[in-house]
Amino acid sequence: MSDSELLAINGVVKHFDISGGVLDQLRIENGRFKLKKVVVKAVNDVSFAIKRGETFSVVGESGCGKSTLARTVIGLYPPNSGEVRYKGERIDHLPPKRMLPYRARMQMIFQDPYASLNPRMTVRSILEEPVMFHQRGVSRQSVRNKVAEVMAQVGVDPGWATRYPHEFSGGQRQRISIARALMVDPEFIIADEPISALDVSIQAQILNLLMDAQEKLGLTYMFITHDLSVVSHISSRVAVMYLGCVCELADTQKLFHSPRHPYTQALLTAIPRLGVAKPRHVKLRGEVPTPINLPPGCVFHQRCIHTNDRCKNEIPRLTRLDDGTHVACHAVLEGRI
Amino acid sequence: MGRLLEVDNLEIKFALRFGDLTAINGVSFTLDKGERLGLVGESGAGKSVTGFAIINLISKPGYISGGRILFQGRDLTKMSYEGVRQIRGDRISMIFQDPMMTLNPVLTVGTQMIETLLAHRNMTVRDAEAVSIEKLKKVQISSPEQRLKQYPHEFSGGMRQRIVIAIALLTGPELIIADEPTTALDVTIQAEIMDLLLGLCESENMGLILITHDLAVVSQVTEKIAVMYAGKIVESGPTERIINDPLHPYTRGLINALPEVAEPGTRLNQIPGMMPTLTSIPKGCSFHPRCDYRLDVCETEDPEFIYLENNKRRVSCHYWKNK
Repeated sequence: MSDSELLAINGVVKHFDISGGVLDQLRIENGRFKLKKVVVKAVNDVSFAIKRGETFSVVGESGCGKSTLARTVIGLYPPNSGEVRYKGERIDHLPPKRMLPYRARMQMIFQDPYASLNPRMTVRSILEEPVMFHQRGVSRQSVRNKVAEVMAQVGVDPGWATRYPHEFSGGQRQRISIARALMVDPEFIIADEPISALDVSIQAQILNLLMDAQEKLGLTYMFITHDLSVVSHISSRVAVMYLGCVCELADTQKLFHSPRHPYTQALLTAIPRLGVAKPRHVKLRGEVPTPINLPPGCVFHQRCIHTNDRCKNEIPRLTRLDDGTHVACHAVLEGRI
Repeated sequence: MGRLLEVDNLEIKFALRFGDLTAINGVSFTLDKGERLGLVGESGAGKSVTGFAIINLISKPGYISGGRILFQGRDLTKMSYEGVRQIRGDRISMIFQDPMMTLNPVLTVGTQMIETLLAHRNMTVRDAEAVSIEKLKKVQISSPEQRLKQYPHEFSGGMRQRIVIAIALLTGPELIIADEPTTALDVTIQAEIMDLLLGLCESENMGLILITHDLAVVSQVTEKIAVMYAGKIVESGPTERIINDPLHPYTRGLINALPEVAEPGTRLNQIPGMMPTLTSIPKGCSFHPRCDYRLDVCETEDPEFIYLENNKRRVSCHYWKNK
């Protein structure tokens, strides 16, 4: 582990068993009863490290496992295998009590500010709760001062602390969710699609707020999004996910200028660009397969134009190229593309 | 090119307990045959209500309180319910945001397609099925004969939206109103659906009103743009001109707020504040509290349109009037 590394995950796997009870699992095969499990393979063997102070983005289309990955990293889901390390300490298997100090250092901002704020709590109690919980013994007055300070910082009038979430607009609610995350002085924030529920002019305000907070408080972000223009703007490094696997990981500039993985290439050409009259995008064959029946070999091989026999049988590993980009593609590694 | 649609000074109100709220206030635009218009704005700007008004889908307590909607020369606001019903779904089709909400989950795709056709055409079920298959081919759905027997849940989001488009095409309409057709879809699917829609509009010479908040999508598909803010059109004109040289401060703000316009890593140019709700629309220009170009007159007087570039574009802004 290098000093600059804040969070590292290694071979994280997260599967969900959705097979239900015994009767749901019952199948008849060749005249005999069998129990069959149905497993959603949401995240498969993902490894990367996030450096202190950077904005690390995870992009991908819906169902690629990016939100599951975020929740696994922060400890909302236990991983099936693999490990999560925070400053070198392994945290994925800690009992809840010993996990507590890490929970204060890692905070999360969710997508939908209508669902993530308790409608029956005032803004003040929403903001006070995490401090009261994590920093017992802090005086009531200093918590109040902190609420006022953080509210002002995120651009919500501290005089509104006695109001309820429904009295605020979507953008203001998202500011309050950000404030809640900042209340416990975290080092690391996972933002799961924090702006995709907001209007265009409000998106810019929230992105600015997140960038300001990062600069002022030295935060590290893991940013989950499907919006590539946002990714190219705020992040230092990007991981592209497809069907639970990271297929490319690179510096933002490199990824957007010279994408290597065929899926990244298709994804980038699909972004609608302002003022480009005729969209000319790389078309993909078919659709994303379900994460219940993962294709053998490379998960992308059925939709890729560079597929050969090796792609159909052997899972490509995320491998470092000379320019520092990591890519999981046989064709790139063999020099075919 | 003939005139397909003319919306003239449209006004829509919502009758509420404490009085009438004006949702749409004097919206005018025109669409020629085969022309594509983008209605752009943030949520609450009134773009969807405008789209619904054209096909008379405004439900109570909303009502059209003024203006005209001329479709091929006939005023839809003065027509009987039955008269509008014959045009809606036949000459004008609508595509909504969420295909799962549009399609009936308990009927097969075939049933829904044939039902639509039989409601508007005097034909046999067998013929209706043939037309349905032909339209499904047009939206690039493979093995349409089998697909007709399937239910909406058996399709992915992108495929469902293709089916909705196929249903919209059934009667060979002159105008399609698409309300955020790709907002619920992933970027790669969005690109495919937009390609498809654009190709179909061109090959069938259909008019399109694309309602969306996404300026980038609009700039790729439409020929002209109307930007809406708080129930009014604030600027309209040819797409290429609006995108490259926006005049109204709100349009400028929207374009400048896009991450791709700013240098990576720098602060974005945000528009301060937020759009007023219908109950609190400020006096004068409704944008003035958020505007960098504000003049004294903006706080008291509602700006009139000024016409520019051979009357091809217009903007309602005191700043440009005084310039």
